[in-house]
Amino acid sequence: MSSYSVTEPSPRQKWVAGILVVGYALITILPLVWIIATSFKTPSDAIAYPPKTFFTPTVEGYVNVFTTRTRLSTEQLQALGEPTTWYDKLVRKDGLVISGPSRFAERFTNSVIIGFGSTVLCIVLGTAAAYAFSRFKVPLKDDLLFFILSTRMMPPIAVAIPIFLMFRSLGLSDTHAGMILLYTAVNLSLSVWLLKGFIDEIPVEYEEAALIDGYTRFQAFYKVVLPQAATGIASTAIFCLIFAWNEYAFAVLLTSGNAQTAPPFIPTIIGVSGQDWPAVAAGATLFLVPVMVFTILLRKHLLRGITFGAVRK
Amino acid sequence: MAQIRIQNVRKEFGAFTAVRSSSFTIEDGEFFMLLGPSGCGKTTTLRMMAGLELPTSGEIFIDGEEVGMKPASQRDIAFVFQMFALYPHMNVRKNISYPLVSQGMKREEVKTRVAEVARILRIEHILDKPVGGLSGGDRQRVALGRAIVRRPKAFFMDEPLGALDAEFREHMAEELRALHDRMGATTVYVTHDQLEAMQMGDKIVVMNHGVVEQFGRPQQIYDWPATKFVAQFIGSPSMNFLEFEGMIGIGGSSVDLGGVTVNVPAAREGRDGRLTLGVRPEHVKFRDDAAYRGRVSAVEYLGTTQIVTLSTEHGEVKARISSAQLVREEELVGLDFDARTLSLFDAESGKALLSEGNEGVLGHG
Repeated sequence: MSSYSVTEPSPRQKWVAGILVVGYALITILPLVWIIATSFKTPSDAIAYPPKTFFTPTVEGYVNVFTTRTRLSTEQLQALGEPTTWYDKLVRKDGLVISGPSRFAERFTNSVIIGFGSTVLCIVLGTAAAYAFSRFKVPLKDDLLFFILSTRMMPPIAVAIPIFLMFRSLGLSDTHAGMILLYTAVNLSLSVWLLKGFIDEIPVEYEEAALIDGYTRFQAFYKVVLPQAATGIASTAIFCLIFAWNEYAFAVLLTSGNAQTAPPFIPTIIGVSGQDWPAVAAGATLFLVPVMVFTILLRKHLLRGITFGAVRK
Repeated sequence: MAQIRIQNVRKEFGAFTAVRSSSFTIEDGEFFMLLGPSGCGKTTTLRMMAGLELPTSGEIFIDGEEVGMKPASQRDIAFVFQMFALYPHMNVRKNISYPLVSQGMKREEVKTRVAEVARILRIEHILDKPVGGLSGGDRQRVALGRAIVRRPKAFFMDEPLGALDAEFREHMAEELRALHDRMGATTVYVTHDQLEAMQMGDKIVVMNHGVVEQFGRPQQIYDWPATKFVAQFIGSPSMNFLEFEGMIGIGGSSVDLGGVTVNVPAAREGRDGRLTLGVRPEHVKFRDDAAYRGRVSAVEYLGTTQIVTLSTEHGEVKARISSAQLVREEELVGLDFDARTLSLFDAESGKALLSEGNEGVLGHG
């Protein structure tokens, strides 16, 4: 490791550094801005060339992503009478009527159930395993830890076919439980290793003090270790959630009608009347929200999790 | 308040034996020191008494009750750790009241107890502060507070002053001793610092390689070490060892040290072979007509005394003499040893030979 410079950077250096950071931030945030902007455009604005920076915003994309629509003839439309709701009015302009809700809400709910479900399971199992590895004499500890790590050594999709066959014979295909188990299995190695590092850092004397103070081993774990491992647990949870939330390949392969998550669904939104980019962008924008909120809430811990091991206290 | 008795306690960690068959008794109300170099088994012994480690074999009695296999929470003892082990997510008051809350004590009573402890330790002003920002001394006081608030049968302390600055250690040592005298609770204190042990302890156990080398009051241990290890470990500079080939019979009161007759306390056991004569530096006197000679090789001035290093026929000898005495390097001087204070050791086993002087104080534990 190189040593840190002890001299305070000059104001000019700070300015240069600031400009670089802002520039980098702008570049990385541009796709995000693009998606959010597109979600508020009309289909024609979305594909306009040159791209429109200023446009009249509309929530049509959001209406489209939540509904299915049918094109009717002018006579049929007149026969229907005046549209009653604001979203009805919105689609009526294009000669369409809303024929029912789309499956987006359902897919989104699936994503929430599977993403958070696997994250919770990963944290519970990971914390217990990490605590055991950190504190007790586990036979073949090093081999076990290496085995756990080795499950991460190839891309998960490499085992897609065996998993597909396994899921089919176990009846787990296209079920929430199956996807939760799968994402937990993939994430568990990360969670055990990360959490073990955090728990290793908590001096064992805290628990011993609690044991002497009259607590049982479990109470000591619950009341002393867990509060101190909160940072580690939070950052591990973010990593697990982001993976499970964004996972696409397994979701395409193993889910369809029942447990399909949002990632494989969003590309299918491309609509009945040409390519409905605003609807796709609206789906993507909504899809971003939960992870973004979760990450912003826990961002302090996340930073600590990313720099974990690199910085000595 | 309780007597603690350790009987044939042994602890193995896999193939490594940390403690080999230790036995000793700590009387009710004693300030008891477990002294030894690092890795000697003193901390393991303490942790077995506290119930943080289970002995491989042997028995531990606290207040007459065999507790060897009981968990720590059932032994009614308090432990002060070297790194204090204050819960970082709680403030001072919560830390101190934690052991009481675990017993399900009423809130009112917890409050009274904590207030009382805070008064004794003079930490009332920091009760509502988080432990993170406290100085080392205040953390130490809070850790002590957490220990004494329970009024346990015994206190176990594992190098509690180890993390403090040298300057502050002495102050805290005095404070600890005063606290013990006021409370009168049995205290077992682990340290590797022989000065700390001598200064604070009523009794000392000296351990090495998992074995109890000697057990006794500080002065007994200093004056009549049971083994060469104890002689060397305690005292600074440590005891001089003059190794020679000779013999002493039962009742004999002199040995032949390379042709010079040296008087020693009357022997209670005889030995023939390689012997070691042990002399504390302060018991070496300069006398011009003494038959045993040494050449001055170095002089170290220490204020009221000076340490003179001499080379003799039997190796290096250090003498602590008054600074008033003028000593020149390379000077040849006669050395006189204070006969009543000398120890004889078997050079092979390192054990002290029984004599008129040490009989009755050689506790091998």
